[in-house]
Amino acid sequence: MTNQPQPNSFRTGPDERGHFGIFGGRFVAETLMPLVLDLEQAYADARADPAFHAEMSSMMTHYIGRPSPLYFAERMTEHFGGAKIYFKREELNHTGAHKVNNVLGQILLARRMGKKRIIAETGAGQHGVATATLCARYGLECIVYMGEVDVARQQPNVFRMNMLGAKVVPVTSGTRTLKDAMNEALRDWVTNVADTFYCIGTVAGPHPYPAMVRDFQSVIGTETRDQMMAAEGRLPDSLVACIGGGSNAIGLFHPFLDDPEVEIYGVEAAGHGLDKLHAASLSGGRPGVLHGNRTYLLMNDDGQIQDAHSISAGLDYPGIGPEHSWLHDMGRVHYISATDEEALEAFQLCARLEGILPALEPAHALARVKDLAPAKPKDHLMVVNISGRGDKDIPQIAEILGARLS
Amino acid sequence: MTTRIEARFEKCRAEGRAALVTYVMAGDPDPETSLAILKSLPKAGADIVEFGLPFTDPMADGPAIQAAGLRALKVGQDTVKTLALVRRFRDEDAQTPVILMGYFNPIHTYGRDRFLVDAKAAGVDGLIVVDLPPEEDDELCLPALRAGLAFIRLATPTTDDKRLPAVLANTGGFVYYVSITGITGMATPDFGKVATAVERIKRHTPLPVVVGFGVKSGAHAAAVARGADGVVVGSALIDALKGTLDADDRATAGTVEAVTTLVKELSEGVRSVNKRAAA
Repeated sequence: MTNQPQPNSFRTGPDERGHFGIFGGRFVAETLMPLVLDLEQAYADARADPAFHAEMSSMMTHYIGRPSPLYFAERMTEHFGGAKIYFKREELNHTGAHKVNNVLGQILLARRMGKKRIIAETGAGQHGVATATLCARYGLECIVYMGEVDVARQQPNVFRMNMLGAKVVPVTSGTRTLKDAMNEALRDWVTNVADTFYCIGTVAGPHPYPAMVRDFQSVIGTETRDQMMAAEGRLPDSLVACIGGGSNAIGLFHPFLDDPEVEIYGVEAAGHGLDKLHAASLSGGRPGVLHGNRTYLLMNDDGQIQDAHSISAGLDYPGIGPEHSWLHDMGRVHYISATDEEALEAFQLCARLEGILPALEPAHALARVKDLAPAKPKDHLMVVNISGRGDKDIPQIAEILGARLS
Repeated sequence: MTTRIEARFEKCRAEGRAALVTYVMAGDPDPETSLAILKSLPKAGADIVEFGLPFTDPMADGPAIQAAGLRALKVGQDTVKTLALVRRFRDEDAQTPVILMGYFNPIHTYGRDRFLVDAKAAGVDGLIVVDLPPEEDDELCLPALRAGLAFIRLATPTTDDKRLPAVLANTGGFVYYVSITGITGMATPDFGKVATAVERIKRHTPLPVVVGFGVKSGAHAAAVARGADGVVVGSALIDALKGTLDADDRATAGTVEAVTTLVKELSEGVRSVNKRAAA
């Protein structure tokens, strides 16, 4: 683990075959391999094209509303009495979460590649909503695969996607959650290879997705550096973000990986507890191969993928992006976890102290701030990524809290 | 040394016909029934048998094979038990090639090197691992070749002439041409185009080329046999099996026979095409 030889830089991966150490790679069916290679080439071309960056930048400003604020959470800071807590307010982006940063990049890429049909998987529905939004904006066909269980617990987002003209396909195979939605999206892609672009919502899948999605999300960390320099004249001392697949986290972390003085914490979903049903792949899993990459997975002794559980549909995935697996093994990022119960408490605390309803996903990050912040001195600068807003979770939370009151 | 796979294709060539390759899932609907089916396949006319390694997330398979894998997992099938079934098959049948087909994670978890030793010892002849393209040859393909197992690769309509040499480079036994872009058991291909595709692949390799995906009947099998060295049938056999299960997905008296009846029909289809005349 942490006694592994340390690289000169944590920011140079992946290698040309998509590996972060032993993680990553391109474990896909032959039918998809030529498409994956085309995508890699198209992304390399786009990265080198100033026109692509100019269009991204313009849309980031005028459509998404970037930069998102870095906000001093004064009352939460007082409440915990330790670190000075800042929120990176990704929940203020158009569509209500960080997901749109990545979708914008991929949709602009799909347009360059001449693809007219966009498919996506979604868990909480935030990636689905972001994809439906940009497909509406650019007049593209949009099909979103969503586990039947998630369709039931994220009704507001299903409605939103329908309003935006997307077709939401409930997935009834397997455990009917995010991993099965991803299987189904891959089946669609393998069937409709000629005209379809698969817009993956997190830093997983075959290379180049983990690197590409990270690049698109790194705007979070890049802005945070500049904003913290402007606010405090120095870098933050610590970063905290929730992790399902890990795209909001890597987006915040990546620009800081080579600043060893910055402590980095990723918070996985511990569900009912790490000894019970949970979704913490690093804390409770082992390296395996699923959905195109090698990474830590929740699985049994026979390599069969196990059900993940989290109160948050967005974290309910039995894997994690391969770069996180590598950063975990290297010891650069500390991976910890928060239970359903702790996330619910943190959600309520944040609402009352800061007037912000966070999504249940970043509520996991806030739950660990409860231990991390009080242990730090008052001049310690801590950034928490508020990756999405909680509006989508209101019906679910109302039901849970209502049931408890009765 | 001639391998079982080479010997079997040689035999089919001598008989002037294409080979029939059948796929069933190990442990579906229970281990003993799946072994009884496996044993009955060569007698019903199968030349090569593929045995599916069950996996929870078979992302290149359609509903029939997904469900078959979940039925097998539900009754506790795993890789250890699948190898044990192959061993018992091999005790009675020293000639029919056995190919294990599945996804990488169960093999990765079993331990690659230990798996290769155990599979070889059980009498496995080759592997088809759907999620290992040539870009990942170091993972299993090259070690499998060193262990004396054929690594059978899928070629697809998206595998263009530029890519074919890479796909064929470390392929052994035969080449499996996937006749459609899609998942197993769904669309039926345009059989007229299959022969052209097989010819294209054959320009790059001396290996036999078999064709699968979408073959459901004796007539389909005959149509494919005209243009290919072998015909693969999977989902249709699993559909036949599923049709005999009771409400709790348990085997009934007719389960084995439903599969063998269809295999006989497919075998007749394959044997109705005289390849000598075509050659």
